[in-house]
Amino acid sequence: MKRFLPLIIFACLCVFLVIGLQLNPKEIPSPLIGKSAPQFTQPILDQVNQEFSPEQMRGKVWLLNVWASWCFSCRAEHPLLNELAKQQTIPIIGLNYKDQDDAAKEWLAKMGNPYQLSVIDRSGNVGINYGVYGVPETFLINSQGVIVHKFTGPLTPALIQKELLPMLAKLKQSI
Amino acid sequence: MNQFLNTFPRIALGVLLNLFLLTSLSMANEAKPLADNPELEAKVQMIAIELRCLVCQNETIAGSHAELAVDLRNQIRTQLQSGKSGEEIISYMVDRYGDFVLYKPPVKSNTFVLWFGPFIILLVGLWALLRHIRKERVVARLNSDNPDDVLKARALLSTVEKDTK
Repeated sequence: MKRFLPLIIFACLCVFLVIGLQLNPKEIPSPLIGKSAPQFTQPILDQVNQEFSPEQMRGKVWLLNVWASWCFSCRAEHPLLNELAKQQTIPIIGLNYKDQDDAAKEWLAKMGNPYQLSVIDRSGNVGINYGVYGVPETFLINSQGVIVHKFTGPLTPALIQKELLPMLAKLKQSI
Repeated sequence: MNQFLNTFPRIALGVLLNLFLLTSLSMANEAKPLADNPELEAKVQMIAIELRCLVCQNETIAGSHAELAVDLRNQIRTQLQSGKSGEEIISYMVDRYGDFVLYKPPVKSNTFVLWFGPFIILLVGLWALLRHIRKERVVARLNSDNPDDVLKARALLSTVEKDTK
């Protein structure tokens, strides 16, 4: 037994290393989960003189998706958002983060527009309030305006099937 | 002519000095936006080195060229200008980005292992080393051919036997 002790310790270290290598360092737990979504009032893309604030979504379960036309991974998740919108699974509000209006409009025209509306955040200040650090990010917000979950990075079919849809079902039950 | 030759070096020196002053003045003008308020910039820097850039995670906000780091430095600057203290700004960042935004992790129940684990491992190692050294010493003494030691060893062994019985 004693002779194998170093080997056992080494094996433990290996297990920890393997676990560590599989963690995603980009996934940082958001301190905003369980808290009210930060308030803001911002102009809406392509709608002159219109403003949006999260208060307007009270009573609904909705997604706030942070996107930009310069963001490559947004391109990857966009068809999934289009699909969610087509199936009317959940209303999606876009937060057009640090983008140019024209580029954003062009991008939506080309890629399809899954958003009920997109809020303009040219300075990135709304993003800072939401703790955004890697576009795309998606916040799931419940009917009381509380952030339930945050997806950092592009949504994937697996994430939607295994995480988003079960969470949605639960939220709808509790209403 | 002679007079001119005498005064020429003085004129040349004057012109040169003037040129030098002018250029240094214009340079001072150009550099102004950067050092607009050196005191404020120093404060921004002091807070920025405490915060981690979440895009390039091994850099601080002070050292990173990522766009987010620039935005957060601007955020620190505007908040300082509006009279907030460094602590308030740091807690503002922690509220939004979590403890991970702190470059030096706080001592908390869930970071206990991180802070003290290495010392605990060090103590365990020291204990194992000491035990090993002590054992070696006893073995070395018993291995000697000294007849006294042989007697001592026998005595020890007999006590062990008694103990086990």
